Amino acid sequence: MSEFFAMGGYALYVWGSYGVAFALLALEVILLAHRSRNARRTP
Amino acid sequence: MSTDSLKWLWYASPQTFYPLAGILARGCAVAAAVLAVIGLYIGFFVAPTDAQQGEAYRIIFIHVPAAWMSMFLYVVMAFWAAIGLAFNTRLSGMMATALAPTGALFTFVALWTGALWGKPTWGTWWVWDARLTSELILLFLYLGFMALQAAIDEPRRADRAGAVLAIVGVINIPIIYYSVEWWNTLHQGASVSLKSAPSMAATMFAGMIVMAAAFWMYSIAVTLVRVRCIILERE
Repeated sequence: MSEFFAMGGYALYVWGSYGVAFALLALEVILLAHRSRNARRTP
Repeated sequence: MSTDSLKWLWYASPQTFYPLAGILARGCAVAAAVLAVIGLYIGFFVAPTDAQQGEAYRIIFIHVPAAWMSMFLYVVMAFWAAIGLAFNTRLSGMMATALAPTGALFTFVALWTGALWGKPTWGTWWVWDARLTSELILLFLYLGFMALQAAIDEPRRADRAGAVLAIVGVINIPIIYYSVEWWNTLHQGASVSLKSAPSMAATMFAGMIVMAAAFWMYSIAVTLVRVRCIILERE
């Protein structure tokens, strides 16, 4: 398991890529959910 | 022309498109999640370790799909902007506006993952070579489009101004795509093309394609939800 997370010594680069990418996608979804809620509340 | 073939035009009106967009967005969101799980599974557990790059190459499964989406979404955005400019349809301008943030996001992800891939393989985070620089210009085009639209209060005028910028900026897309052929760059050439078989293991290729499909579904879902917000906010 720890071998998997070590990524053959490239952990910083691989997880840095995936982490930031999916964090940004999640952020976009959260911001959009907020916007969607606000848009529906005000007629 | 029979009236049947014109029926789809019914959805060109924001009011009728709104419920359809909701249904489509939900379906695409589910598809995106399922495809992402499959793609990540293939990428991390099925695809073999690369002979030259070791595990660092696994960045490919987000880098390449994100880069594809960054270019593709720009073309779609410019297409809707052009339709809006030519036919003065409200929904087209809304579509272009809705696509820009997601396009900018994928452009940033492509640049970010590229930097994190470049460091271990090229020894540098960034070089001012043709591929990297033209992709950075693409990010500025997206941000410029969003800033320009945000600066104009009247939505229809903002649509028109943004459309001109988006259409002019399309010239950058073939420059990005062919940059690796036209100039000497550090960036490798296309690993996938329509003319030849992919220059990589089949499972690596499969992981990349499935992740691209996931990003595609994600983009459609997010754009449609954003279009629904814009319809509510404007009308």
